Amino acid sequence: MAEFFQYALSGVTMGSIYAAVAVGFNLIYGTTGILNFAQGEFVMLGGMIAVSLAAFMPLPLAVAAAMLIVALCGGALEILFFRRLRSHSALHMIVITIGLSIVVREAALHVWDESVRSLPYFTGNECSSVHLAGAALSPQVFWVLGTVGLAVLVLHTFFRYSLAGKAMRACASNYEAAMLVGINTANVRTLAFSVSAGLGALAGCVISPIGMTQYDMGTDLAIKGFAAAILGGLGNPMAGVAGGLLVGLAESYSVKFLPAAYKDATAFAILLLVLFVRPHGLFGRRQGSAVREA
Amino acid sequence: MTPAAPLLVVDDIRHRFGGVQALDHVSFGVNRGEIKAVIGPNGAGKTTLFNVVSGLIRPQSGTVRFNGTAISGLPPYRIAGLGLSRTFQTPSLFLNMTTLENVMVGRHVRSRAGLLAAALRLPAQRREERAIHDVSLALLEEVGLAAAARRPVGALSFGQRRMVELARALATEPELLLLDEPASGLNTRETDDLATLIGRIRDRGITVLLVEHDMSLVMDIADSIVVLHFGVPIAEGTPAVIRNDRRVVSVYLGGDFADAASA
Amino acid sequence: MRPRPLVPVLAAALAVVALQVAVTAAGREYYLTQTIMAAYYAVVALGLCLVMGYAGQISLGHAAFFSLGGYTSAVLTTADLTPLARSGWGGPLLRLHLLQARAGLYGGETIGANPWAAFGGALLLTFAVALLVGYPALRLKGHYLAMATLGFGLIVYRLLLGTNLTGAADGITGVPPWRLGFGLEISGDGAQRIANYYVAWGLVLFTILLLTHIVHSRAGRAFRALHGGETAANSMGINTAAYKLRAFVLSALLAAAAGSMLTHYSGGIGPSEASAMKSVRYVALVAAGGMANLWGVLVVSATLNFLSLRGCFGSYDDALFGALLIAIVSLAPEGPLQPLTAQGRRLWSRLAGHRVMTTPEGPAP
Ligand SMILES: Nc1ncnc2c1ncn2[C@@H]1O[C@H](COP(=O)(O)OP(=O)(O)OP(=O)(O)O)[C@@H](O)[C@H]1O
Ligand SMILES: [Mg+2]
Repeated sequence: MAEFFQYALSGVTMGSIYAAVAVGFNLIYGTTGILNFAQGEFVMLGGMIAVSLAAFMPLPLAVAAAMLIVALCGGALEILFFRRLRSHSALHMIVITIGLSIVVREAALHVWDESVRSLPYFTGNECSSVHLAGAALSPQVFWVLGTVGLAVLVLHTFFRYSLAGKAMRACASNYEAAMLVGINTANVRTLAFSVSAGLGALAGCVISPIGMTQYDMGTDLAIKGFAAAILGGLGNPMAGVAGGLLVGLAESYSVKFLPAAYKDATAFAILLLVLFVRPHGLFGRRQGSAVREA
Repeated sequence: MTPAAPLLVVDDIRHRFGGVQALDHVSFGVNRGEIKAVIGPNGAGKTTLFNVVSGLIRPQSGTVRFNGTAISGLPPYRIAGLGLSRTFQTPSLFLNMTTLENVMVGRHVRSRAGLLAAALRLPAQRREERAIHDVSLALLEEVGLAAAARRPVGALSFGQRRMVELARALATEPELLLLDEPASGLNTRETDDLATLIGRIRDRGITVLLVEHDMSLVMDIADSIVVLHFGVPIAEGTPAVIRNDRRVVSVYLGGDFADAASA
Repeated sequence: MRPRPLVPVLAAALAVVALQVAVTAAGREYYLTQTIMAAYYAVVALGLCLVMGYAGQISLGHAAFFSLGGYTSAVLTTADLTPLARSGWGGPLLRLHLLQARAGLYGGETIGANPWAAFGGALLLTFAVALLVGYPALRLKGHYLAMATLGFGLIVYRLLLGTNLTGAADGITGVPPWRLGFGLEISGDGAQRIANYYVAWGLVLFTILLLTHIVHSRAGRAFRALHGGETAANSMGINTAAYKLRAFVLSALLAAAAGSMLTHYSGGIGPSEASAMKSVRYVALVAAGGMANLWGVLVVSATLNFLSLRGCFGSYDDALFGALLIAIVSLAPEGPLQPLTAQGRRLWSRLAGHRVMTTPEGPAP
């Protein structure tokens, strides 16, 4: 029972990171039709920048600053590379976001080298643990769950009630119509990139003490986050939270049945399975031709 | 099948897009060797009907029989293989190829060389390739575009693209040819040429089903006409009958909202 | 219209010979090593060119097929199959030369698969995997297909990394030479370098010849048609799903063949060959070569891979490929060589009529 609980919590912890990445995917995909392969790099950048800044300033400030910087970077990417590209084919979009992810990653390699870094624990240290239902947990786990959960809730409220959030939802559901009713779709797209980058950065910060931060962590995160987004049904901003948790749990429990070395492969296998069987997601409705041929 | 049986039988087709009943109990037949026209205001469901017949849309109910075989539900490439070819309302050519190559694609169903034969350029494949080339070039000549054979098809004018699409459809040697608004975007001279060409196609033994807004063209060449209105077939008969049908006239000559929209 | 790829292929063959002569004359035969490796990578890029440039699909998993080929050869030829040889099957397998003896690591003899048999096994396995993955994946479009193939590639990468049979993080070394007959062998033996150079470039030229034939055939038109308009292609009688799968499987087989041969040449293979970055590199090379341009892809991929293997880009190696992708798509989405090749073709058609000659390209001093 305790073991079960331990697996569950570690699954939910990683799962909430995937959920954050998935929400980021959905934000950008919904408003721009771009699947941003560089999504994982936002997480990495957030962690890295916060680690560097934490040397000069208190931790909360470092985290906030990292989020802000990465959010600005995300917006800048949209303005620099995607604003002019709307008419291009999916192939071109894919290629350019992949290019961006490589360049960001390699830049990070040159700035921060190959070593594994981490932020200090937000409370306590690596030895402190909280005992819950017989399972020993790092207090950071609760920071991850709390922060990501809160961020998702805030975003949810933002979409529901704020004007900018409504504009983003409008773009996601019908881009042309949104343009016609006078929404500045270009700005909405930039905003989507910024929010998505900022959210990724936050995830990168909170996971850093337990999950570590390394320049090349982005690809795996991106694809697991994508698996989560697909599970939830791509394009709907909040879908993917449940997907993220599911991927995290599956990955965590796979260790019980498969060698630990195959843990990541499990998550990717889930992705393939979902793509092949239900590409519109577990909860989503069939979208038809955008996903695959009739 | 008795020879008198229609080549194409559309039987009680219904199809709905969300709130729009695009086709509502549509039934009619197309006889061998005739030119049949489908007319109706914009949004009447004509293109949807073509999409159903050519297999791009699976109708929600009803069947389509071609040459006695039920074809509704078959994938488009199978239907094309059975001898039914079409053009599109907005020409959809392969812009990454030359004019001639576009027509050569039409020979796909009438040829068979596979990957291996092509990679090794076996003698049979080379012979077949030469035949494809010659037939396609002849078809381009027929539509008056032989000079543009080597040019990228994207460099052609709109009217020329319509002709390339027609040649591509003919290259499949269809028994039944569906033409979706072949005259739209053509000037008067081009339209006249088109009328002659469609006549020649029919004389060659190819049955033609066409959607067209140009009434003088339709009245000129069609042997019979079906009128669709909001997905419902409201009349069917020879041009003379249709011209004097009161419902058709009211649909086309005002007093009806649909007509205002189509203007 | 009728393709005459033989002329450019012969010209390229002359260039290949000229390069070897020049390099040998200059006493810099060690350059050939990277040239050979670049040739095998070029084969992968050429196959991917068929999928991306002509059939209009994307694969972010081609490094996996390359490794599938390489690892199958490596595992089968290095594994100790003595038990199999001693079993009832051993007699016939040995007599058919599907198994062969080689000097063991600690003296004595071990029995492993004949490289030819391993190569056959590699192609068979790749064929099966490509079908199995391609069938459902190619029903997906655009981003979804990209993610599916990337996921497939990552699975293969993780499996190779986590499995002892494939040597985990170290990969497999000690892959025996592949004797082709006539005294030729694919191996890293210095005495065989020139022979290997010709084997590798022979494969490249053979591949480009086959692919050019295919592109200008009924099947090739079907590929390009489904790229140009899937609905229209389907309405013209092309089974688009089947043709996508054909392009995918064919290019996977080319990648596997290259992987298998390069593994014999290098004497081993490591998991990094299957990494996502490798797959992305192949995509970058195809994009940089101009997508639907076999010769462009060949020139770009051979050049960039050669420079990269010689270490010219230092620690900016991967970054260069990333920057290349961005630059090409934002500045010249039709391929940077597009204007060049159009002019080249015009020039070529003028020259081809008169003489077939190329100037030898000497190595950079
Ligand atoms: N894919 C689709 N999704 C939703 N609605 C559609 C779709 N295709 C057609 N419709 C609707 O179905 C109705 C019939 O459309 P259709 O294109 O068949 O008309 P049409 O007779 O060809 O008109 P036109 O003369 O303008 O070409 C229209 O109201 C149209 O808006
Ligand atoms: Mg229409």
